[in-house]
Amino acid sequence: MLLVSSDPIDAAAELRAFEAMALQAGGIVTFSGQVREAAASGQVTSLYLQAYSPMTENGIQAAITEANARWDLEQTRVVHRTGAMQPGETIVFVATAAKHRRAAFEAADFLMDYLKTEAVFWKKEDTETGSNWIEPRAADYSDANRWTKKEDA
Amino acid sequence: MTKILYFGRLSDLTGKTDETLTIPHDIESAGQLRTWLDERFETDGALLDPTVRIAIDSEIILDTASVHGADEIALMPPVGGG
Repeated sequence: MLLVSSDPIDAAAELRAFEAMALQAGGIVTFSGQVREAAASGQVTSLYLQAYSPMTENGIQAAITEANARWDLEQTRVVHRTGAMQPGETIVFVATAAKHRRAAFEAADFLMDYLKTEAVFWKKEDTETGSNWIEPRAADYSDANRWTKKEDA
Repeated sequence: MTKILYFGRLSDLTGKTDETLTIPHDIESAGQLRTWLDERFETDGALLDPTVRIAIDSEIILDTASVHGADEIALMPPVGGG
């Protein structure tokens, strides 16, 4: 289940709703990404997320399908925010539910790596010293590559 | 007419997020379109950077792909959310 929207994300409410949908699961893993308060260039005043529909949604949906092919999952949920947001607000919420915890942990990790490096979003950080478009770091790409290596091995 | 979208930092370089224009007849491929736009905006090669991918009608394509008949062309710098 996927939602890309400019509406605020309530991670606690998302978790409660997800638990109610995943009664067959023995384990649930969730990840929330939030707007950080401080960047290298100073205090963050706002973050802006741009998407390109339907390419953004189609890509995330394909990653969810891939996660379901790799792991035995009962449920998945990805909520990603777009538009302008303030420090402390939730940008992304990912939840995975499985019979056993390992599949849920790994699938959530996999989905977040996809979202950080391949999902069709552009991110601009406004700080007290100016605006910067933020692109993935080398560490984000090497994190994402772990899943390709595993498949090739 | 074709709608051209400039995503992420490219909108700062071109001064616009999108525009609708008629692509000149002598431009056939996505690569030629890049070169033409880069000269037009005087972006000094920024639009030629291979990390900037091009999508035609929501499909990522190679520079050799034809732009003929495209409704929407997106210039996409490296992506990433989260």
